[in-house]
Amino acid sequence: MARAVSNRRRAINTALAWAVGLLIFFPILWTILTSFKTEGQAIADPPVFLFFDWTLENYAIVQERSNYMRFLMNSIIIAGGSTLLGIIVGVPAAWSMAFVPSRRTKDILMWMLSTKMLPAVGVLYPIYLLFIQLGLLDSRLGLVIVLMLINLPIIIWMLYTYFKEIPGEILEAARMDGASLGKEILYILTPMAIPGIASTILLNIILAWNEAFWTLNLTAAKAGPLTAFIASYSSPEGLFYAKLSAASTMAIAPILILGWFSQKQLVRGLTFGAVK
Amino acid sequence: MGRIVLDKVTKRFGDVEVIPPLDLTIEEGEFTVFVGPSGCGKSTLLRLIAGLEDVTDGLIQIDGTDATSLAPAKRRLAMVFQSYALYPHMSVRKNIAFPLKMAGLGRAEIKRRVDNAASVLNLTDYLDRRPGQLSGGQRQRVAIGRAIVREPAAFLFDEPLSNLDAALRVGMRLEISELHERLRTTMIYVTHDQVEAMTMADKIVVLQAGVIEQVGSPLELYKAPKNKFVAGFIGSPKMNFVEGPEAAKYGAHTIGIRPEHIEVSADSGAWSGVVSVSEHLGSDTFFHVHDTGLADSITVRADGDVGFRHGDKVFLQPREELIHRFDAQGQRIE
Amino acid sequence: MATQHSRSAARLMMAPAVILLLGWMLVPLSMTLYFSFKKYLPMRGGDLGWVGFDNYTRFVTSSSFWPSISATLTILGGVLAITVVLGVLLAILLDQPMWGQGVVRILVIAPFFVMPTVSALVWKNMFMDPNYGLLAYLWRFFGAEPVQWMSQASLPSIIMIVSWQWLPFSTLILLTAIQSLDSEQLEASEMDGAPILKRFWYIILPHLSRAITVVILIQTIFLLSIFAEIFVTTGGAFGTKTLSYLIFQRVLESQNVGLGSAGGVYAIILANIVAIFLMRIVGKNLDN
Repeated sequence: MARAVSNRRRAINTALAWAVGLLIFFPILWTILTSFKTEGQAIADPPVFLFFDWTLENYAIVQERSNYMRFLMNSIIIAGGSTLLGIIVGVPAAWSMAFVPSRRTKDILMWMLSTKMLPAVGVLYPIYLLFIQLGLLDSRLGLVIVLMLINLPIIIWMLYTYFKEIPGEILEAARMDGASLGKEILYILTPMAIPGIASTILLNIILAWNEAFWTLNLTAAKAGPLTAFIASYSSPEGLFYAKLSAASTMAIAPILILGWFSQKQLVRGLTFGAVK
Repeated sequence: MGRIVLDKVTKRFGDVEVIPPLDLTIEEGEFTVFVGPSGCGKSTLLRLIAGLEDVTDGLIQIDGTDATSLAPAKRRLAMVFQSYALYPHMSVRKNIAFPLKMAGLGRAEIKRRVDNAASVLNLTDYLDRRPGQLSGGQRQRVAIGRAIVREPAAFLFDEPLSNLDAALRVGMRLEISELHERLRTTMIYVTHDQVEAMTMADKIVVLQAGVIEQVGSPLELYKAPKNKFVAGFIGSPKMNFVEGPEAAKYGAHTIGIRPEHIEVSADSGAWSGVVSVSEHLGSDTFFHVHDTGLADSITVRADGDVGFRHGDKVFLQPREELIHRFDAQGQRIE
Repeated sequence: MATQHSRSAARLMMAPAVILLLGWMLVPLSMTLYFSFKKYLPMRGGDLGWVGFDNYTRFVTSSSFWPSISATLTILGGVLAITVVLGVLLAILLDQPMWGQGVVRILVIAPFFVMPTVSALVWKNMFMDPNYGLLAYLWRFFGAEPVQWMSQASLPSIIMIVSWQWLPFSTLILLTAIQSLDSEQLEASEMDGAPILKRFWYIILPHLSRAITVVILIQTIFLLSIFAEIFVTTGGAFGTKTLSYLIFQRVLESQNVGLGSAGGVYAIILANIVAIFLMRIVGKNLDN
């Protein structure tokens, strides 16, 4: 029921919203701009905004000096691997809770959610110890497992809420039409669930990509993902704004773009369906 | 083909007995309607026949073979769901073809049967659309199309018209009746709407709390309801019930008289009262008469040109031979 | 749907997830409990035997305990206040008709997708550095003395950084909630003669109350364990040592596992109190 609004009011809204939007976005914009400056221009007084000599040298230096590609690969493997594993475990579980609910389904879902609320720092040492024992410290596999486990409740919840929206009658119709369980999943369930599964994957890649407790504490040089790569710039000797900006831009760019695509799912996933 | 026999069929969810042991035979080619208020177990009963729920106890026979533990797909039944349950990601053609594809029919045969069903149901122009692009009535027809292409032993309908608006509902009711006339296949139809039951059924099964109250043809149920529940449920507007001394005159605990079996006039009749509301439908007029001393309100059905208004004093004369008598347990007294 | 066959299949399909999460919860938790009753110093003698509730009392009585609680609560309260108030205002603004709504929304949401280490570093160096930071230029431009953000205003700085990260989240949730408000309700109140402020107070705010609660609870759970932002900026110095950071230092830096584990148990209890409230709300939603 959108009502007609005068252009004048619309213009005021627009100006105000764009001003606030740009203000919030400014730190990211500034980082991206700085990454194309020389170190001298990056700390110029007064600061230069757009009119400087654009250069790509920072990106080259960052890549050369800190082996950005290796960290990037680690991030991709860890975020992708943990999400994939989570989906493999989560889809059957969410399927059975959505379509064959029992009296305990709700309790199981709530309990799964409660594991997500366990503060990481409370179990840091045991995990650290287990990782040493199992030889998983500073390994991609170890992080894949941990990130899969911390995000599994979100994966299951998201899939559950998506599956719940597929009417049970449609699956029953397929069964009446003679489809076996396998064919029911192949022809009916999967095509209908793909959008939901895709959003779940997207959001979980973002969460895993940005996770910065376990990735900082359980890795060193070998398996460190981009979070660790950036943290290594916090030491004073690494303080060159243009290079820091280039490194930051490289670390956030892929996920920023993914994130913009999945803003709707973000609400759903992170609130466990409590806000629609 | 298409004779369905339920033998002491029972359904319990945990400790709750939804359907106590129940016997019912549905003859081949018959249009049977399960009717009752919501929660009476009629949909559960249909789902038991379909195989979508396990029976707790008892036997279900379809065409003389035991189907009790057969998978839904093996029972050769087709079902039309309340929500139509169309596959949203498939075109109309693919929706209708799905059961045939599952049955492993050849491509040419599938096309022939789908085209045939589409022309019967006036869907030919819509075969390439998705269900989301169709109106409610068209979706309903697709669901029926998906059911008829299989040439099943029996059709099951689960409140198929409840999502349609009133005008469409009347049209679809006719179409389903015509379909039955043409195919002469057994149909089981679940509804809470007694008008649908009366107009479509060969046989009505009235259910309450999982128990069959009465089985019979529409007219049998209208003329000789076995008990107060059936009497009140079948017929519109509802039958009037009168208790007390007036009922005692007829040797009954309660008497029932249908609104269309009461004469209303300005000067004479056995009962009298004051018109509270009059509803003019054009062809008929319904009067709700208060202050009769018999019941809170007596409903009377008269011709469209009878013109009493609010506050008018009227006399009512029931047609004695059409009065139904019930005992204290609500059972019919013959 | 619910036939015997499908039930047993369902149980089988649920098993891996349940077993994994059960293990993930029970194994480390029981180890933390176990260590919390021990004097355990991996670098200085290892397991030195049972000490009862000694670690629990020592953790609470240590001089850093109360400051850490106060730092935790200050950050929590500050961030919650900023994100909820600004989030409501921003959500209402974004809900108004305007040109380029989609683009503005993308701009506003962006900070949430920036990894915590990046946002902490960028803010610390490029904005809050007292010599070269952009804020220092701004202060000098207006003739003021630049602020030594990280040392003199360490807590407000961290609150600002974290709020910047979480404002998109609260805005997005509140915006979703506002959009679900029945416009007929607003029109009815308009017909009833309620002016704008009253409409906000009596219609919009009550409608948002549930979403605000969800924002508060979820952010609380995440904020109680913020780590990277402190690790990268102050490293726990200048009064920014939160409870989780204190535990982290006890366990990994001073290698006093028993003491740290006792602290961990406290943190788990704290998080569970918040969690119970959140689960109530989420659970209610499951029913309908």
